[in-house]
Amino acid sequence: MNKKEVDLEDLLLSLSPLERTILPLLHLSSVDKISEQGKLDMISLNRAFQFLGNKNLIKLSKEKRKFVKIDTNGILYLKKGLPERRLLSLLFDIKKIGLGDAKKRSGLSDNEFAIALGVLKEKKFVEVITGSINLKVSKEEATKKFPEEKFLESLPLELEKLNEKEKNIFQKLKTRKDLVRIDEISKISFEITELGKKVIDELPKFKKELIEQLSSDMIKKGTWRGKVFRKYDIKSRAPEIYGGKRHFVNQAIDYARKIWIEMGFKEMTGTLAQVSFWNFDALFTAQDHPVREMHDTFYVQELKGKLPDKKIVKAVKGAHEKGVHGSKGWKYEWKEDEAKKIILRTHTTCLSAKTLAILGKLKDKKNKRGKFFAVGKCFRNETLDWSHGFEFYQTEGIVLDKNANFRHLLGYLQEFYKKMGFNKIRFAPAYFPYTEPSMEITVWHPEKKVWLELGGAGIFRPEVTIPLLGEFIPVLAWGPGFDRAIMDYYQIKDLREMYKNDINQLRKIKFWLK
Amino acid sequence: MAIVKFSRKEFEKYVKINDKIKEKISMFGTPFESIDKKEIQIEIFPNRPDLLSLQGYIRAFLAFLGKKKGLRQYSIKKPEKNYEVKINKSVRDVRPYTACAIIKKLKFDDERIKEVIDIQEKIHATLGRNRKKIAIGIYPLEKIFLPIKYEARKPEDIKFVPLEGKREMNGLQILQKHPTGKEYGYLLEGKKKFPVFVDVAGNILSMPPIINSEQTGKITKNTKEVFVECSGFDFNILKKTLNIIITMFADMGGEVYQMRLNYGFRKQELTPNLQPEKMKINLNNINKLLGLDLKEKDIKKLLEKMGYDYRNKEVLIPAWRTDILHEVDIIEDIAIAYGYDNFEPELPEISTVGEEDKKEIIKRKISGVLTGLNFIEVSSYHLLTKQDMKKSGHRAGIEIEKSKTDYNFLKPDLLCSALKILSENTDAEYPQKIFEIGKVFEKNDKTETRIEERDKLIITITPGNFTQIKQIFDYLTNMTDTKFEISETIAHNFIEGRTGRIMMEGKQIGILGEIHPSVLRAWHLKMPLACLEIDLEKIIS
Repeated sequence: MNKKEVDLEDLLLSLSPLERTILPLLHLSSVDKISEQGKLDMISLNRAFQFLGNKNLIKLSKEKRKFVKIDTNGILYLKKGLPERRLLSLLFDIKKIGLGDAKKRSGLSDNEFAIALGVLKEKKFVEVITGSINLKVSKEEATKKFPEEKFLESLPLELEKLNEKEKNIFQKLKTRKDLVRIDEISKISFEITELGKKVIDELPKFKKELIEQLSSDMIKKGTWRGKVFRKYDIKSRAPEIYGGKRHFVNQAIDYARKIWIEMGFKEMTGTLAQVSFWNFDALFTAQDHPVREMHDTFYVQELKGKLPDKKIVKAVKGAHEKGVHGSKGWKYEWKEDEAKKIILRTHTTCLSAKTLAILGKLKDKKNKRGKFFAVGKCFRNETLDWSHGFEFYQTEGIVLDKNANFRHLLGYLQEFYKKMGFNKIRFAPAYFPYTEPSMEITVWHPEKKVWLELGGAGIFRPEVTIPLLGEFIPVLAWGPGFDRAIMDYYQIKDLREMYKNDINQLRKIKFWLK
Repeated sequence: MAIVKFSRKEFEKYVKINDKIKEKISMFGTPFESIDKKEIQIEIFPNRPDLLSLQGYIRAFLAFLGKKKGLRQYSIKKPEKNYEVKINKSVRDVRPYTACAIIKKLKFDDERIKEVIDIQEKIHATLGRNRKKIAIGIYPLEKIFLPIKYEARKPEDIKFVPLEGKREMNGLQILQKHPTGKEYGYLLEGKKKFPVFVDVAGNILSMPPIINSEQTGKITKNTKEVFVECSGFDFNILKKTLNIIITMFADMGGEVYQMRLNYGFRKQELTPNLQPEKMKINLNNINKLLGLDLKEKDIKKLLEKMGYDYRNKEVLIPAWRTDILHEVDIIEDIAIAYGYDNFEPELPEISTVGEEDKKEIIKRKISGVLTGLNFIEVSSYHLLTKQDMKKSGHRAGIEIEKSKTDYNFLKPDLLCSALKILSENTDAEYPQKIFEIGKVFEKNDKTETRIEERDKLIITITPGNFTQIKQIFDYLTNMTDTKFEISETIAHNFIEGRTGRIMMEGKQIGILGEIHPSVLRAWHLKMPLACLEIDLEKIIS
């Protein structure tokens, strides 16, 4: 056997039942006829043509053709008559009519009336003399169908095939509202190739029995023996499927959680609504600090929460009013009522404050140490746009140890961000009411070549730790935002897309592969 | 957050700006924002109002660059005759303190006048808490007859032409009619008397913290000498604010004079006073907190870079620094001077055992079961709009005050957000199978916040029916080894006869069934929907 014959044999082995049905019908040339004879719907037919084209048995050409079709007003006018027809019919018998009267009796809108009159004048069917319309032609002439009417009735017509006269009519009708429109229809045509002709010739002689889908029955009975498996086109696209998956933000959060746990941190959780005391006062944020204004923070209407035990409240009050441990404090009158207001937490640092208060109650001083983390939603009173949202994620961490220092803080953060995929990290001085020293964490984006600001960190001030813990133990703390790193990973540019819950997006978005 | 704009030309008289300097600016604790031909923009954090003026910034930044280190010295002249402010007891109930100074030999041009107004406004907005805590007034001395009185008067007895005004008005009229009066009027609300500065000729200079007089309270290009006052409630902070202003004027070339403040209700005092505050610092504390091994001479050097002096184990703090409350504030400045980028990060060996929250573990298991069944997890906001609430039959809820968006209710259940999501996805291919684990909110007086937050799970299948959702429920409970009973119920949003409540230990903890077509229509949903919503708190515990 020579090589060509092998190819032919191969080709015959790869024909699907659909292709085998169509091949003998190809001589019909018209797609519509093939569809009719083969009893095939257009979708299957198109697919089969695609396959045959891929195998080089036919040469496919897709042709876009434009058709003139009747539009909504056109349909309406075909039933009720064109405005010019309706106006003209008023004049059949009386030959002359006042403009106002004609307008009223024709039932046309101002616009239609103007057009109708214009058309009739142009056709020289009527003329207007001193406020009256006069019929200029015989009744017989006037009752004949207009070319426009004939044209509308004959639609659809292919644009390319219009004659000069029809083209003129079309141009005129096109200027009127919704009478006609153009539809573009793509039509497939084909030519049988030399190879195709050979296959068509060979096909009736090809007697091998092909196996399509292998069935359980064939396996059990062994009926596959002596038959040939049809060759599939393994390169053709399979229809898409979608699996179940976790929300991409939650996948990223789970990863962050894993990093902290690997590094020996214990998870802190807590409510989203918080008493102001924990979110602000315990964190040495003065009661007149701008961040506490309704403009920035969500306050829950009418509710006043419970404060912790008196000892802590008194200590926090003292830190604000007079300071502790040699600090001067903010020097103002601290009000319990303000601290009781309920807010939606503005940072997860309130969870750290609560953790410190719990540790502060431990009898055994040796236990006042540990490493804790949280990842959670936080809120701010913001409008929604591409870079702002009223809900966002923060990842929080504290390290509580007598020997903890600033360099350790840098160490933990560097390690965390390295695992998040940011190898170059920069720490710049910053300010927060509750940490000193304070810093802003920025990471280098290797592709965009920019520094990304991620959020703050620092060592809790003694005015925070002493009232809660009862003594000054260095507490390294951080609470950078998390959304930015997620957006960067998934290459999301608009923050709103993070929580849009677009099912198509969720089905297609990649897994968090870290 | 304050972004200041300095003239690039003025700035570059002292420091030429290049990439290295931009980096230095950020590492000084004042993030560099942007630069063009005319302006450089820098962010100043609220703890450093002394850096808001170009003069203050340059003074500190030059020291940081090692050019003019240590505590900057200024000569302050003693008060001349009549350099006096008499403070009447009547101000005690309304705005009790003022700190004042006189500066001579100044030159003003348009640029400079703008700078002076700018720094006032910046301090008002930040440290001054919108003039509540601090209001600053600067007046041309040539129009004033010394000494000055600071007193409180009945509003109708206060009569002067306010700044940018044409007619004389009384105190009340200013609050009601003048634009600045309307803006800041609330600061004097409910007060029987309003504070005023009056000169010996009886001219009213200003009514703090609202407005100056058009005649005596406006600096022009002809002004050479000024009277400065800061009024408010905390004498200490006022004195420091005054120091920020007068050192700025001194750096402009002005000659600063003290004034005698005769308080009727406390001891006489001279302001301004640039006597530095002293604070002891402990070398060991510094090294321990920063993880460094600095010697005393290093500390001295670093402190001088931040504009301090260091003598006899004591730090001399510039009298214009408002932010030094504790040793740690100085330690931060030492760290900044050392350079945050010069610290070697270290991962210490503190042995602790990591631990994930139990709830999270269970939530992840449940998610695993559901994603295995081809469900997609969604993640919705915790806030809903009033419209969303209404469509799911919630008439009342926990409301947020003054939300900037329409989202102002804490969500009472997960069904509402699930329906919302599905209604926004009618163009996505069906079937749609989604789930969410999230928090729902309910008022409860017994909790700390008076709000109870519970973790719930919602599962929806559309198109879906009771059998399908029941299958999911059975599989989920089997896989998580939990036991429930289901009993018939009637529930809002659900079709009667196809709704079950999920019971555990005699208590309802969830619901499952088919959603009523009237609800689906309200959300413009055209496919049948089966759903399950269950409280996870019980399961988790």
